[in-house]
This record gives sequence, C-alpha cells and structure tokens, in this order.
Amino acid sequence: MLWYIGRRLLQVIPVFLGATLLLYGMVFLRPGDPVAALGGERGLPEAVQEQIREQYNLNEPFIVQYLLFLKGVFTLDFGVDFRGREIAEVMATAFPVTIQLALMALAIEAVFGVGFGLFAGLRKGKFFDGTVLVLSLLVIAVPTFVIGFVMQIVVGVNLGWLPVTAGRDPNFYSLLMPAMVLAATSFAYVLRLTRTSVAENISADYVRTARAKGMSGSSVTSRHVLRNSLIPVVTFLGADLGSLMGGAIVTEGIFNIAGVGGTLFQAISRGENVTVVSITTVLVMVYIVANLVVDLLYAVLDPRIRYA
Amino acid sequence: MPENRYPAVPGQSRQPRRGQEHFAAPLDEGGLGAVDAVDTREKPSSLWRDAWLAMRVNPLFWVAGAIILVVVTVAAFPQLFTSLDPRLSCSLANAYGPPQAGHIFGFDHQGCDIYTRVIYGARASVIVGVLSTALVVVFGTLVGAIAGYFGGLFDTLLSRLTDIFFAVPLVLAAIVIMSLAPSRTTVTVALVLAAFGWTQIARITRGSVLSVKNNEFVTAARSLGMGKAGILVKHVLPNSAAPIIVYATVALGTFIVAEATLSFLGIGLPPSVVSWGGDISQYQRAIRVQPEIILYPAAGLALTVLGFIMMGDVVRDALDPKARKR
Repeated sequence: MLWYIGRRLLQVIPVFLGATLLLYGMVFLRPGDPVAALGGERGLPEAVQEQIREQYNLNEPFIVQYLLFLKGVFTLDFGVDFRGREIAEVMATAFPVTIQLALMALAIEAVFGVGFGLFAGLRKGKFFDGTVLVLSLLVIAVPTFVIGFVMQIVVGVNLGWLPVTAGRDPNFYSLLMPAMVLAATSFAYVLRLTRTSVAENISADYVRTARAKGMSGSSVTSRHVLRNSLIPVVTFLGADLGSLMGGAIVTEGIFNIAGVGGTLFQAISRGENVTVVSITTVLVMVYIVANLVVDLLYAVLDPRIRYA
Repeated sequence: MPENRYPAVPGQSRQPRRGQEHFAAPLDEGGLGAVDAVDTREKPSSLWRDAWLAMRVNPLFWVAGAIILVVVTVAAFPQLFTSLDPRLSCSLANAYGPPQAGHIFGFDHQGCDIYTRVIYGARASVIVGVLSTALVVVFGTLVGAIAGYFGGLFDTLLSRLTDIFFAVPLVLAAIVIMSLAPSRTTVTVALVLAAFGWTQIARITRGSVLSVKNNEFVTAARSLGMGKAGILVKHVLPNSAAPIIVYATVALGTFIVAEATLSFLGIGLPPSVVSWGGDISQYQRAIRVQPEIILYPAAGLALTVLGFIMMGDVVRDALDPKARKR
C-alpha cells in the first residue's frame, strides 16, 4: 500500500507542473501587451510601463517568469493585481463562497442520486426504472443555464419559494437553488452510475448467499448491495468536486454570486493575467488533489487496484 | 415424450434403426448431435450483428435515430424548413411580437422570426459537435492506441501527457482560451473543445487496446508474419472500437452543450453566427417581458443533445452482452 501511495504521489508532480505550465503559457504567450493596454486611449508613460513590467517580471524569459510564479504559489505569495489588491486576498474572499456552493451541490447529488439510483436499480426493467432513466437523460441534455433560468422563473418568481439570486454574502438558504442547479447534471450521472452498479450487484453470488442464510431483504440491500455498489459512485463524487468548482462559473453568473467564477471572468476581461493564472492554478490543484484522494480511497476500498 | 427428447437433426430419422431398438443409444444423443444440428448456412454471429439485433427491437433506438436524422437534416438544409432568412427578414417593428400565422413562435428582441432562428441554429451546434468529436476520436485513438500497443516509454510519456490535459477541466480551459482567441468561428470553438476533450477517449482506447492485444488472434497474425502496425490497424483497433464508439456518441452531446455554454457566456460563437447558445443568452434579457421565448432555442438544444446521448446509451446496452441477456 505504501508503495502504491508513493508511486501515485510521484505521478502527481509532473502532472501539476505540466498543467500549470500549459495554463501559464496559454495566458502569457498570447499576442497583445496587457501593460500597454492599461492606460487606455492615452497610454501610460514609458517609465511607468517599464516599472510595471519590472514588478511583474515581464522582462524575464518566459520560463523564468513561470518559475517565479511557481515560487509564489508555494509560498502563498501570489503578488498584487493591477489594481493593487493582494491576489491571495482576492482569492480568500472568492473561494469560500464557491467551496460552500460546490459542497452543497455535492451533498444534493450524492443524496438524491444514490437514492433514486438505488430504487431504479432494484427495480431494473420496471416502469419506475425506465421513467427515471429517460428523465435522467433529459436532465443531462438540458444545459445548466437553461435549468437555472427555468428554476429562477418557476421556483423563484412564480412560486416564490426560494430567493431568485444570491448576491453578496449569500447564506445557506439563498445558495440552495444555485446548488440544486449546479448539481443537476452530476445528479443524473450519479443516479445512472448507482443504478447500473446496483443492478449488477443484485445478482452477485454474495447477495444470494446473504439471502440464503436468512437475512431480510432490506438489510441485504443496505449492508451488501448498497455498500458494494457505492465504490464507483464515491470515486465519481470525489472527482466531481473539482469539476463542480471549475464549472460553477455559469451558475455563479446566473445567480449573481461573487465566487471564483465571477472573479475569474472579470479578471479575464480586464486582462489581469496574474489573477487568471493564480485562480486557475488553484482550481487545477483542487482537481488534482481530489482525483488523488479518490485514487487512494479506491485502492483502500478495492484491493485489486493496489496490486495491478 | 420420446418425441421431444433429442434435438431434430436434419436428414436423420428419429425412428431407431432396425435391430437397434433396444440396446443402442440413439446416434444423436450428446454433443455430436448438437454439432450436427448447427445450420452452417446461417450467417455467423458477431458482436456487431448481435448488437444490431438487440437495438432493432429497442424503441429508444428508433426515437434517438429519428431525432438525430431530423437534426442533421435541419442542419444541412435549413431552407427546406423555413422560407425566411434568420438575419435579413428581421424588422424592429415586430420586436417581441406574439406568435401569428407563419410565425409560430413569435418574434425576438430584434423582430426576427424565432422559428427561423431555431431552425438555422442547428447548423452551428451540429458542426461544432461533429467536428470536435471527429478530432477527438482521431487524436485520442491515436494516442491511446500507441500508448497501449507499444507500451514502454511511449506509454509512460503519452499517459503523463494525457494526465496533464485531463487535470485541466474542459469548460475552464475553454473559457480561458476562447477569451484570448483572436477569431471566433465554429472551427476555433471545435478546435479548443477538442484540444482539451481528447483525454477520456485516449484513456478508453489505451485500456481497450491493452485488453485486446494479448488475444490469440493477435499472436496468430504475428506468427503469420504480419507487421506490428498492420496488426494494430487490422486486428487490434477494430476489436477495441466498441467502447470508443459509445463514448464518442455521448461526447458529441457534451461538446454541443459546451459550445452552447461558451456562446451563452459570450465567448463562444460571435453574434454573426446563428447559434442556440447565443440566442439563449440574448433571449435571457427578455426574461421579465417574454420568458417563454428562451424555451425555443433551449428545446432545440436539449432535443439534439438528448438524441445523441440516448443513442450512446442504446449502443452501450446493445454492445454489452451482460446487459443484453435480460
């Protein structure tokens, strides 16, 4: 097991370096000069431009810039953006909201996805199963932003059950609808995964053994079928946390939440390259770490992986 | 009772022969009789033939097929479905006009016929979906097949490359690149989506090739003197194709959603291209005046994606012998 953990940790290093270099290159090697664009129509004096370039290491060769950036990431010193705000501070205000939103979405998709998936899998081929399967396809097919608008109009405006937008300082109540919208697509995937897994395990030998020794139907389901069926679902959920945070951009836009997505989008449109790269790097790190934890968890749950 | 005991063997009488009535077991009892019973004139069964037989009776296959056929026809020949032009026939006098004869969905904020916009919007989605899927299949299969088949250093390098691109979420990467792209056309959007969307297919192909390459028929081909590349193309790839096809069908749907998301954010296709994502983002402004108009392009988008992912689902079930048995 230790050998497996060590090997898996070593694999993360080149992936992290490669992914951040890729993002850094995409943002910094593009045509156009963000410093020259800072002053607008009249332009900044040469000396000021030169000073800004010096401050952001823009005169160094690309690879040196990248390494200096990496040093900043590991010392948690991301520098300041063009408006003079600490980027670490900008992220510290943006990330908590998005993390809360992503965790709420994760909880929603886990509870409802596993619940519906379990019932569909136990009744495979029946009416309930067929209906749930087609409905889940429909949820996957309708884009998040359409689901968001429909929810806003129906649940928010017409029925008035939940706040239409979250705004600044959102609480649990006002984040409930955005979390539901963010969770929708993954909910359908979790449901389908659980359903397939349950339907497969229900005819496994160990389930027959459990029944044969006289266990009641419900405890066979909860102790044997469900536990074994949850292995692929847990791995999906772990990996999904990273995608939820990266994918929250659209949901945050619709519900006017001041999270990572909104900050990133503003930074992109203002040409704040350092902020863009810092935020995306943190998102990629979350994604990599989530996948790493999932892999290790998987190895704990399923010994076959360790020895492969 | 004795009538049904043995399988019918063509050309052989069920009556016992003279003199053998009492002491000899019938000739057709046991394995040989079953071998003789095989009708060699029947077409040999294969994975694809079995899959087709299973799909043919699945109503969802016909629903998904019909949706795809309609959407592709609309995308290829929009003028068959509407006589209006999506841009030139607009008149501001009609802005937010209600549905009327000849304009069943009414008019949008610029007085354009919404029905015509929805019909013409199909093209952008289908082009982006098909193009990025084609790119992803070609590149992903190439990377996955080389990594899985040749192994060693190739495998290490290509697998780490795949991991690197996999670590960047698709929508996040697409947002960063598209906001920096100098020109935004259907081709650029497809290229960007493909550039970060190929990893899953490379992983699937690699796994599939790994499980196929040690089969007896590969050894047989090698002992017949076939070259490595020849075996890969002629024997290994065709036998690893099933999961790739299933994934590609579903991926087509997700690429269409991704394009719509980018266009909705205003960094996908420019307004000069009629697209469902772009129209949804425009019609969103009318959400207090006429919330229902947003549903028309959204329905076109959802129906198209539904057709493709439903087809992927049907094909997967048909190709999986375990799922087919029931």
